[in-house]
Amino acid sequence: MSRNGTAVVQTIDLRKEYRMGTNVVNALAGVSVRIETGEFVAVMGPSGSGKTTFMNLLGCLDRPSSGKYLFEGHEVSAYDHTDLARLRNQKIGFVFQNFNLLPRITALDNVALPLAYGKLPRSERRTRAAKALEEVGLGDRMDHRPVQLSGGQQQRVAIARAIVGSPSLILADEPTGALDTKTGVEIMGILQTLNDRGITIVLVTHEHDIAEHAGRVLTFRDGRMIRDEKGMGRRAGAPAPQGQPHLVAVAGH
Amino acid sequence: MTPSDLFFSALQSLRSNTMRSVLTALGIIIGVGAVITIVAIGAGAQANVEKVIEQIGSNMLTISPGQARDGGAAQGAASRPTLTAEDANAMKTVPGVTAVAPEVRGPVQVILGNQRTNAVGITEDYFTVRGWKMSRGRNFEDWEIDAGEKIVILGSTVAEKVFPGSDPLGQIIRLDRVPFTVMGVTAAKGQSSFGQNQDDVIFVPLKTAQQRLLGGRLIKPDSVQQIAVLGRIPKELDIIERDLAELLRDRHAIVPGRADDFMIRNTAEIFQARAGVVDVMTLLLTAIASVSLLVGGIGIMNIMLVSVTERTREIGVRMAIGASRSDVMMQFLIEALALSMIGGIIGIVLGMVCAQLTAHFAGWPLRIEVSSILLAVGFSAAVGIFFGYYPARKAARLDPIEALRYA
Repeated sequence: MSRNGTAVVQTIDLRKEYRMGTNVVNALAGVSVRIETGEFVAVMGPSGSGKTTFMNLLGCLDRPSSGKYLFEGHEVSAYDHTDLARLRNQKIGFVFQNFNLLPRITALDNVALPLAYGKLPRSERRTRAAKALEEVGLGDRMDHRPVQLSGGQQQRVAIARAIVGSPSLILADEPTGALDTKTGVEIMGILQTLNDRGITIVLVTHEHDIAEHAGRVLTFRDGRMIRDEKGMGRRAGAPAPQGQPHLVAVAGH
Repeated sequence: MTPSDLFFSALQSLRSNTMRSVLTALGIIIGVGAVITIVAIGAGAQANVEKVIEQIGSNMLTISPGQARDGGAAQGAASRPTLTAEDANAMKTVPGVTAVAPEVRGPVQVILGNQRTNAVGITEDYFTVRGWKMSRGRNFEDWEIDAGEKIVILGSTVAEKVFPGSDPLGQIIRLDRVPFTVMGVTAAKGQSSFGQNQDDVIFVPLKTAQQRLLGGRLIKPDSVQQIAVLGRIPKELDIIERDLAELLRDRHAIVPGRADDFMIRNTAEIFQARAGVVDVMTLLLTAIASVSLLVGGIGIMNIMLVSVTERTREIGVRMAIGASRSDVMMQFLIEALALSMIGGIIGIVLGMVCAQLTAHFAGWPLRIEVSSILLAVGFSAAVGIFFGYYPARKAARLDPIEALRYA
């Protein structure tokens, strides 16, 4: 992995403080990290370690108190609300623990929603949303509403929604936390497939066997990154339906 | 999000909570419906007044024997027979006067058919001044009136009652035992603005009425009960009124400082004043109905606030996947707007139905003005935007992280 090219994510002494009455809580106390294109990174740590704050900052849902955050080389700490919304829309896909699909609209409409905010014509939205659903294996469930789908299927819809805009980065916050082990493995398989195609993935988890899917594990404690372990490789036997699971090979382009 | 996206998304959201949406829109429905109904009723009443003014003519003055005063106590109109046919003749010389129509009026018995009706003693100008038209036969001529001929012109109701199915022209009709020859029949005029049948009437020459029919009831043999004067143009009426008063005071030898013994009224003005009252009432009721719109708007604000809270997580998700603050703002604003506009449209339909029913039962012309519909649409849109703004802003200002964490 080259240190010279433009990283998807680069933070320099990233800090976030919250004011709780007279106390100042340092949720993030200076984190510097670089995540290259095509990496699969797991973020671990106990609750209160700052990993959620870190993820919120990476996802441009929040702005740092100080420090720098470069997304694909652009300094985004200074972006306003509208710029951040556009960045999230075009470049970042979110996968949540509890799926967070809109309950009243179909799977297809859920997946097409980011494209609506991206101001694409309606027909193209539907085509691309249908394609994304097919990629996660739900081509036959497009007109189902979330309540008509199982947890695993809902999470797949959520992944389709995350990838429909062809983002540079997918942020997954405990994507298997609400699923049983078998379904969780399926979801991880899908994420790995996406990673194999070059999409950078950052995943928060507290389960070590989930973290083992990642090529790199960042461990947080008390607002700091205390460990950055690389080259763990993928757990043997993890499903990787297509492509070769060689991160280095993909990271080049 | 294109406008149509926002619109369909708003409809979807309103439909998913149908009962709540309907109840919320009810405030607007009632408000708009009431405004449309009241404005239409007001306009209908106005049109009715205009119709009456058109009937009586807008350039007409009526002169009646005035209040006689007896030691300071007013004794009421017509308590002294101060006006005569001679006064009427003299009025013809006043500049600007085009026609003068004195009249006497009283009940008579029609022997043929045994009906009671009103006899009106008139001169040639009467029909012109009062806006009557002949349907058959002819008007009286000057010499016939001067000679006190025993001839009549029948109102259409009398003609139908006394001579059903036959031609009354040339027939003999007995009024209080005096035989009269029918010279003509007037065209139907319908009800007066007070609801009386104006066609239940028999016209006779003034002199004939004074001498042969109503003589016993008149204090002076040539007194008249009312004189209608037609001016050339409405603008001149004020001057004519002043000139007539001068003439009559002169003729009646009223010394300066003493009160008139006659009354001059501008009938159109009276009706216009009545129309003015209708206008004020309409305005007042519209104001009251508008309060309902206001309350409806507050209802929308209330429900939108609830909706924003309920959908906090949805807002968070939308923001995470790329909705900007203005996207979220527009979403809720359009939703409030859709709610108020749908309410407004239903209200317009409801109001039109109510106005139609009212017009039907009151028997006056239905007049729903486009301006009042546009006003109602505009007003309900304004209500939606005004009361939807605060909740929408609240939604747009949500912190996506907090919103996503909302249970």
